[in-house]
Amino acid sequence: MAPPVTSRPARGLISLLIVLVGLAAWAFWPGTANTVRLGLDLQGGTQVILVPKPVTAGATITEEQLQQTVVIIRQRVDGLGVAEAEVTTQGSGNGAAIIVSVPGAEQDRVVDLVKRTALLDFRPVDTVFNPEPFDVTATPAPEPSASSSESPSPTPSPSSNFVPGTALVQSPDNSAEYQGKVLALDCTAPVAYTGGVPDDPALWLGTCERTGAVKYNLEPAFIKGSNVTGATAGLPQNGVGSWVVSLQFDSEGAKALADASTKLSALQDCGTGVSPCNAFAIVLDGVVVSAPRFNEPILGGQAQIEGNFTAQEANDLSNVLKYGALPVTLDPVDITSVSPTVGADQLRAGIIAGLLGLVLVMIYLLIYYRALGIVAVISLILAATVTYLMFVVFSKTIGLTLTLAGVAGAIVAIGITADSFIVYFERIRDEIREGRSLRQACEMGWVRARRTLLAADFVSLLAAVVLYLLSVGSVRGFAFVLGLTTIIDVIVAFWFTHPLVVLIGRTKWMQKGSRWTGLDADRVGGHSLVGEVIGKSRRRSDAENMTEEVPSP
Amino acid sequence: MSGRIGIGQRLYQGQVSFNFVGRRRTWYAISAIILLVSIGALLFRGLNLGIEFRGGADFAISNATCSIEQARAVAEAKTGSQAIVTSAVNGTIRVQTESLTSAESSVLAGELADLCGVQKAEIKVQVVGPTWGSEISKKALQALVVFLLLVSIFLSIYFEWRMAVAALVALAHDLVITIGIYALTGLEVTPATVIGLLTILGFSLYDTVVVFDKVRENTRNIAGQSVLTYSEAANLALNQTLVRSINTSIVALLPVLAIIVIGAGLLGAGTLLDLAVALAVGMAAGAYSSIFIATPFLAQLKERQPEIRSLTARVAARRAQASKGRTGEFGAEGVEGTGVVTTLVDGTVRQQPKRVSRSRRSKS
Repeated sequence: MAPPVTSRPARGLISLLIVLVGLAAWAFWPGTANTVRLGLDLQGGTQVILVPKPVTAGATITEEQLQQTVVIIRQRVDGLGVAEAEVTTQGSGNGAAIIVSVPGAEQDRVVDLVKRTALLDFRPVDTVFNPEPFDVTATPAPEPSASSSESPSPTPSPSSNFVPGTALVQSPDNSAEYQGKVLALDCTAPVAYTGGVPDDPALWLGTCERTGAVKYNLEPAFIKGSNVTGATAGLPQNGVGSWVVSLQFDSEGAKALADASTKLSALQDCGTGVSPCNAFAIVLDGVVVSAPRFNEPILGGQAQIEGNFTAQEANDLSNVLKYGALPVTLDPVDITSVSPTVGADQLRAGIIAGLLGLVLVMIYLLIYYRALGIVAVISLILAATVTYLMFVVFSKTIGLTLTLAGVAGAIVAIGITADSFIVYFERIRDEIREGRSLRQACEMGWVRARRTLLAADFVSLLAAVVLYLLSVGSVRGFAFVLGLTTIIDVIVAFWFTHPLVVLIGRTKWMQKGSRWTGLDADRVGGHSLVGEVIGKSRRRSDAENMTEEVPSP
Repeated sequence: MSGRIGIGQRLYQGQVSFNFVGRRRTWYAISAIILLVSIGALLFRGLNLGIEFRGGADFAISNATCSIEQARAVAEAKTGSQAIVTSAVNGTIRVQTESLTSAESSVLAGELADLCGVQKAEIKVQVVGPTWGSEISKKALQALVVFLLLVSIFLSIYFEWRMAVAALVALAHDLVITIGIYALTGLEVTPATVIGLLTILGFSLYDTVVVFDKVRENTRNIAGQSVLTYSEAANLALNQTLVRSINTSIVALLPVLAIIVIGAGLLGAGTLLDLAVALAVGMAAGAYSSIFIATPFLAQLKERQPEIRSLTARVAARRAQASKGRTGEFGAEGVEGTGVVTTLVDGTVRQQPKRVSRSRRSKS
């Protein structure tokens, strides 16, 4: 082995500076979120871990089913109107878990929301409206005083009823009062078009298209989601035109479809204010997913929806039709809710513990390694800074959330990062004990320490990666942070600690070996005993390897 | 230059030497006792599994004004089964019951809030289904097996299979002791504890890799000389890396201790504390085992190799001869000869009588 003994310290330092500036710019670019996203255990909120089970026992959950479930749950959670609510999956197949995190929300609401089966139904369109609310001052306000006198009656009052939590308008008949409420419905408000609450298929429904672009008054459902036996997206058979979605129904659905299509296709085309018209609406969880027109009676139980779909749109629609009701049953296995105060306490404790740990390690390094200790302390601060910047960048790009377990991982990493410096510094001392000059020791020590460091850090990284890939829940957050800090440790050691040690090793002051250098004779004893006897031959053999001149001791 | 020479220096040159490898029976015996106690505790006392593993509901009420007895009475009346109620240093009361449905837990949280004079939303609630724990354990075990396989392959390639075996033996040693401490003390085992355990995997090996790297360096051309046995060279490596091992262990433990102090003082039981306790125990065991178990065990494995066995015989023969000629130059503790040590440390073979050794090796 002929190790490169003259390194170019400036190169490493400049590389690191570029990385640091780049990261900082990325992290703090104006106009984007530039803080670390906190997990629910640190900011308060509810987290529900759901394990999907196949509807039929023994079946395997496909990736498609899993994604569709996530889409439906996300739609419902978004209906809560909470910013930063998050739905993620871990694992795949029957071992998958779906994690729903909702900041600040109450536990019961979240669980109810995600556990419920989604409802899909097909309804004839009565009227199509512009999304904006109409001026309804002329419409008499709903006055429940008459019905409230007979309140013990369990039958629903004839007055229209708002489904709590959303803006759905439902009524048993197309009464004037109900129509007034439909007119008043504001489909430009997210709460009205995100859906999330299933409608009652037996009632009239006033709701919005799921982007909020159109408002509908819909008749009671003629086909339920359970009547749909299959849906596929594809190009039309004659090959002309854009993507279409083909639908198959069971016998009950086919009959209902035949009746409805016969009746509806005779009506005039739908348009704003035209009522009744020839379209039907596909309603998922209370909002309209699609509203195709019947061109002709469909008698065979096979329908085709055309409509200038892109491949993506056609696939999405066929998935909704196939899995409208959740494709899986969900079992909430872990429900945790943390109040914002407790979350803030945990975050504070984590930060205090981290700072205390950092300070203790720095004090120890300074006492033991003196001048080298200062290099180590700066390296640690640098590693901490890079770690923080990486957190911010990952929060932005891949949606990393920092949990308490992650904070713990970062604190543990302080010690492991400092270990790398110790391995290097002790190597330098070893080299000096073998009779090398300080300059050579800084280089040779690095060559040897480098191998050890890479091997040891590789083992740490391996542990982190395996944990990340194979575990669930909080273990993952911890593993991610541990892996990240291991890589940062290597980068800082290579591009900062080593170059800096080499640079200060070239100073006169360090070479004189004052007791504040951390490499003085008292501690290292470089030229005592063995150095005197063996040193000569050693230095000679060094000179063969070294390209730079060896300064005489 | 002063007359006082640092301990690091004396350890390095072998002037001060602890016989770690030679006295391996002592360390094995100590470890065997600890391991037996650990396994015994695990078998007879078992682990105190947290609700994440057995299913259940957990309510943490901070700044509670109610007593433990009151909280227990309410919880047991509501659930109709036994409730475990504990209070932490910072005044947080924890109520644990059997698994509840989301609605039941919400009702109980409301009653506890009324009883203890806090807002319902301020109570930290966790409800875990009974199957989830087995899921977590299964995944953790899977991760453990995959990691061990990969790391064995890596260590076998980077070092050699004997070093991989020795490192894994030390690792198993650390894990069993850590689990044993949990069984003995009855500390609750939570997913955070499992994280701590899995981290020990990485840390324990980090320590061992650092020591083994030095052992390998010291023994690179060991068969080409007849001054030092493998065990002695390994022991020298241990002594040379001793300061490093102690420093890295202290520095790794300091932040963990900070977590324990802050976690216990400010938060009471929780993720931070659970994790840190497992780490502290595991790291201490890891530091011990990389010195007292891994390297002595490695030396033992190596001494079975034919060329190493012949080396040991050769060294013994040479010493016997030397003691006939020059009395007491090399004692039984030959490690302490400083000149010998430093020639070997370099790892060069230039000064070694290669030819002689090869011919002898072929004879044996």
